[in-house]
Amino acid sequence: MWNLLSTMLLPLLLAFVALYAMTRRVDVYDALVCGAGEGLATLGRILPSLVALLTAVHMLRASGALDLACAALAPALECLGIPPQTAPLMLVRPVSGSAALGVGSELIGQYGPDSYLGRVAAVMLGSTETTFYAIAVYFGAAGVTRTRYAVPAALCADLAGFTAAAWAVRICFGMG
Amino acid sequence: MTMSVIWTGMTVVSVVCALLTGRGAQTAAAALEGAKAAVELCLSIGGMLCLWSGVLEVMKRCGLSQKLSRLLRPVLRRLYPGLSGDPEVMDSIAANVSANLLGLSNAATPPGLKAARAICRHGGRRAGDALCMLVVCNTASIQLIPTTVASVRAAAGSAAPFDILPAVWLASAISVAVGIGAVKLLGRLWRDRDVESA
Repeated sequence: MWNLLSTMLLPLLLAFVALYAMTRRVDVYDALVCGAGEGLATLGRILPSLVALLTAVHMLRASGALDLACAALAPALECLGIPPQTAPLMLVRPVSGSAALGVGSELIGQYGPDSYLGRVAAVMLGSTETTFYAIAVYFGAAGVTRTRYAVPAALCADLAGFTAAAWAVRICFGMG
Repeated sequence: MTMSVIWTGMTVVSVVCALLTGRGAQTAAAALEGAKAAVELCLSIGGMLCLWSGVLEVMKRCGLSQKLSRLLRPVLRRLYPGLSGDPEVMDSIAANVSANLLGLSNAATPPGLKAARAICRHGGRRAGDALCMLVVCNTASIQLIPTTVASVRAAAGSAAPFDILPAVWLASAISVAVGIGAVKLLGRLWRDRDVESA
């Protein structure tokens, strides 16, 4: 049941939203095309930073620096049950969304999307946000300079998300 | 500025590491490959990104997003006990949370910022408990359908790109719960230096 639902999720959602919008007399096609145009603008905004960051990530990997970083962090991560190969993803996730997307998609491509590691990387990407971006934007807009405990609390949530991602994939799929 | 430091650090570390491990040729090739990989990634997820933005626009125009935000109000009242007397701020927060649930980060930011400004009207330059809660809730992801990640998996040849949904929900829920718990706990424990001396 869940299998069918998850494979059919997108088409079902498309049909449901379109039907609902039609009953509300919304110009579905116009809205869809307008929105898709905005999506293209988003894509144009993230492409330049992806080029910059994926270049750096590929260099880091080819030079062996990533292996060193993973080896250094491995003992701490294994204690939490997080696969050490995801260390670079966790390091960039709070800082840059496009960098995390780049690093994550590298992991997914390298280990395979349906492998344990590929799934953990995907769940980590899907269950966390660009923490420092949100902190900068919100406190900036509010004119607040003393952020008190917001940063440690947000980082706690991030670490919990990463650990939970590793465990959730294990619970839902086994070790793959 | 932060990203400049990070990027410079990444490239310098790679060059130093490449010289030490003797992997200069591979590193040089990787620089070119990385730039190409970025364009390929954009192309492979571009279609999905555009389609989903289109669907979200339809949801916005037909009122589905507003419906969701009305459903959320009772829950939010418990998270922001100090603000329940201010319906306008609660509306902004509900709009912010429902846009986040749908993965509309561009639509989530304006009402979120409006709420942040309204909360701070009396607070000065020091972050109050409600503002910390709002910010921490926005640094944790609560997106119901992570389409970008699913399209990356689809591009890599996944058999069922959306099969990670239960795991994503579980991990998000735990992350948000820990964030909320940390705010509630630190809100009681945190002592400001000037408050103590006063």
